[in-house]
Amino acid sequence: MIEANLPLLVPLTFLIPALLIPLIGIRVPGAAYPLALAAVLVSIPMAVFGLFRVIAGGPVSYTLGGWEAPIGIELVLDPLASFLTLVVTVVSCLVLIHARQVASVEHPDKRVPYYSLVLLLLAGFCGILSTGDLFNLYVFLEISSLAGYGLVAIGDKRAPVSAYRYLILGSVGTGFYLLGIGFIYVMSGSLNMADLARILPHILDQPPVLAGLILTVTGIGVKTALFPLHFWLPDAYSSASSASSALLAPLGTKVGAYILIRVLFFVFDPDEVEQRVPITTIIAWMSAAGILYGSLMALAQQELKRMLAYSSIAQIGYIGLGLGMATPLGFTGAVLHILNHAVMKAALFLVAGNLRVQLGHSNIAAMDQRLSRQMPWSMAAFVVAALSMIGLPPTAGFFSKWYLVLGGIQGSYWVFVAIILLGGLLNTLYFFRVVERVYLPMRRGRSDPAVANEGREIVESGEARLFMLAPTLVLAGLLLALGLASSFLVNRVIHLMIPAGL
Amino acid sequence: MNDLSTYPSAVPLLAILVSAASVPLIAISRRRPNLREFWTLLAAGAKFALVLSLLPSALADRVAETRVIEISRGIDLSLRADPFGVYFALLASGLWILTSFYSIGYVRGLKEEHQTRYFASFALCLSATLGVAFAANLLTFVIFFEVLTISTYLLVIHKQTPEAIAAGRKYLAFTLTAGVVLVAAMAATLQLAGTLEFQPGGLRAFRDLSPVEVKILFGMFLAGVGVKAAIMPLHAWLPAAMAAPTPVSALLHAVAVVKSGVFGVVRVVGFLFGPETLGRFGLNEAMLWLAGSTILLASCLAFAEDNLKRRLAYSTVGHLSYVVLGAGLLSPSGLIGGLLHMANHATMKIVLFFCAGAIYVNAHKEKISELDGIGRAMPWTMGAFAVASLGLAGVPPVNGFVSKWYLGLGALEGGSAAVVAILLISGLLNAGYFVPIVYRAFFRQSENFRSIGEASAWMVVPLVLAAGLSVLLGLIPDLFFRFFTLAQQIAAQILEASIP
Repeated sequence: MIEANLPLLVPLTFLIPALLIPLIGIRVPGAAYPLALAAVLVSIPMAVFGLFRVIAGGPVSYTLGGWEAPIGIELVLDPLASFLTLVVTVVSCLVLIHARQVASVEHPDKRVPYYSLVLLLLAGFCGILSTGDLFNLYVFLEISSLAGYGLVAIGDKRAPVSAYRYLILGSVGTGFYLLGIGFIYVMSGSLNMADLARILPHILDQPPVLAGLILTVTGIGVKTALFPLHFWLPDAYSSASSASSALLAPLGTKVGAYILIRVLFFVFDPDEVEQRVPITTIIAWMSAAGILYGSLMALAQQELKRMLAYSSIAQIGYIGLGLGMATPLGFTGAVLHILNHAVMKAALFLVAGNLRVQLGHSNIAAMDQRLSRQMPWSMAAFVVAALSMIGLPPTAGFFSKWYLVLGGIQGSYWVFVAIILLGGLLNTLYFFRVVERVYLPMRRGRSDPAVANEGREIVESGEARLFMLAPTLVLAGLLLALGLASSFLVNRVIHLMIPAGL
Repeated sequence: MNDLSTYPSAVPLLAILVSAASVPLIAISRRRPNLREFWTLLAAGAKFALVLSLLPSALADRVAETRVIEISRGIDLSLRADPFGVYFALLASGLWILTSFYSIGYVRGLKEEHQTRYFASFALCLSATLGVAFAANLLTFVIFFEVLTISTYLLVIHKQTPEAIAAGRKYLAFTLTAGVVLVAAMAATLQLAGTLEFQPGGLRAFRDLSPVEVKILFGMFLAGVGVKAAIMPLHAWLPAAMAAPTPVSALLHAVAVVKSGVFGVVRVVGFLFGPETLGRFGLNEAMLWLAGSTILLASCLAFAEDNLKRRLAYSTVGHLSYVVLGAGLLSPSGLIGGLLHMANHATMKIVLFFCAGAIYVNAHKEKISELDGIGRAMPWTMGAFAVASLGLAGVPPVNGFVSKWYLGLGALEGGSAAVVAILLISGLLNAGYFVPIVYRAFFRQSENFRSIGEASAWMVVPLVLAAGLSVLLGLIPDLFFRFFTLAQQIAAQILEASIP
């Protein structure tokens, strides 16, 4: 019973409470958080069960309303989808535990819409992951996107502008996607992914199909913030409230990367496409440029969350590069990096959130050595996450880069190997800039009150509270554990995801 | 392929973990310095005992092996206490005991800040060093190599002065770049050879590569490990890193870190590429050129330094290349000489650094030109200094003579007279920059040191012991730790296995 309904269960677990929260929240605002947390907590065992079930017994498919695919909508849980569902639920659970304090400090009057939007966002994400239908995916993409615009808008003074920008660019992205699948639908007569995978090889030479693919990939590129389609990202992440950005930054772009994988490797056959349009090569070069651009821009930022946002562009570059190289090891590296980057970016954004709550700002120029005494544990988590971002063993980040480098060498892409490694060194530069400030007696930080207390008067002192600190430390600890477990993951889980075409 | 038999054992892993396990204990006891130092000494003693327990089986060609966990497809995080690993581990863990006693005297004498962080980072460094020593494959080696980089960084910046911070940046810039090159070389090796396992005599797959591939790959490896081995022009971080407290310079910049570098060079030469591959492509010639010019240049640069520790640093740069030179000679005596010099230079250089630290703690002098007459105030310290500096110049009966003798023999076996000349000239240059210090200390007069005497026993005893050890190892190279037998064994392993 449960097994057959698995693909639908996780999205519904989020969707129903998302609609309940506003109804109940009007009367009892205090109920919003427990409801949201309960939904996420329930979703984790389901995701775990789903992953085990899929690994043991192969993909699980569910037809909505009993209408068989390709006519009806099919939801499919395969290794890739169930694995990423688990990543989304676990990371969002930790972020949500953390978010309670942040939300009550940064936007106390918007807590009910916040939790409702969070669950809508997660429902959209998990729907995208488990659907087997391109149009259904668009619907879930719009659900998550609209929730995302709303979440960005809950933020500081600049947030509405950033959210508006995000709305415009995001809608252009989803519009491109819709246009693309329209082209494909007209030519193939199907929207079901598995069905399309059978039909497309026969009609791949038709220009509208290729145009559809290009439009679709461009649209996803915007949602994934693949360089140079990233313009919405830095503003959106840095002006959203810390509770929102900690959820959007680790997960949002990863779900975009998932769609890219799904369309490029499972619906289409990358080899066949590559012979007609060099689309994976273009993605690889765009990603490589993104690694350098994101890292250099991160180096120039004075605001921690903005620096992390640019760093995200660079890290998405790693994922895109792994996919673009289209080698089994590169693909492995990309999927592993989706997981690792989700965990490390979540850890870093939680630290940024701790800083915002305890100091009232996260301005790098205003940080100094006192910070390492005031918040030793948060900063220790920051250091672990930074080491992982740089890619130093034995942290998780080392292993995804290791597979990416192996993938590059497997395909003899020497330039990409050099860029992956150079990107690691650039990471060192911008993270050590912060670490040095926090741990070593540099020039005094600007304790300019205008900078320090921007927008908020109440500043707490000391280390972050337990419920903010614990998720931060769990994520940092996960980075060490995932480093040692990477081989297990690759052999047992990621190995199953590698598409037949590679 | 070789007559090494392995048996499963947890001892190599325990030997690595014992000092890492002391880190939390050290951190917890930060308010009770005596208890904290007890943990350091306990860890040092336990570590040395564990390594020593691996010696008999290593001598019998039975290798203790720990497979920890698979970390990449088909590649385990695995440790192997082969003779070479045991040799380096003995050296590092043995001298850690001396350094621990000395450190206690030093940091208390200077009332340094952050002593807890200091002892904790030190313990972590030693864990990483033993990991480097026991690594059974390249991936394990690289992981511990990078951990060593980071844990040493904490010690380089220990004083937190602008100078130390700048030195730390320089250190990271050099070592992390090298780490990246090493990772690339490792990935290429996995692709080309299909394995990352160290094998005495080198990987067979490397013999079938094209000359260009071998040359580029070897260049990348040499750059990757050569930074820590301070092969010129990759040495610039080492003199800068002298901003660290002196015991750090003593153990890390004369024994653990830099020796990890030359250890890496020998691993790459003897256990990845193998003498045959290197000889066929003339790569050992390139190594000889690099090492030879580093030895001469570093010795010349040492003259120009008035700061005692920086002069010692340049001397270290030169002496590290003796080991590289020995590896490049690819002859039995040359290898034995190079390997012996790893240990011998360590015991001598640690004495010199200990002396520099003792002088700094007691007299607050860092410059050589200010040391006139200090020999009368600190006779034991400067006596040990004299012994060690003569040893580095190659004067018998100190152990420096033994290794140079074998290097010379190795050069003659290989028929390279130029190397013999380099060894002789470098010996003279060593004498040239060390003897004036001894001369100033004992034969010049000044009023500066009237009121001071020897440093505390915590510091003087270890340095005199190390000097005594240098002399004893010079007289009987096989004493106590069977360094000579081990070196012979390692050289035989590398050279015999490579005969097709």
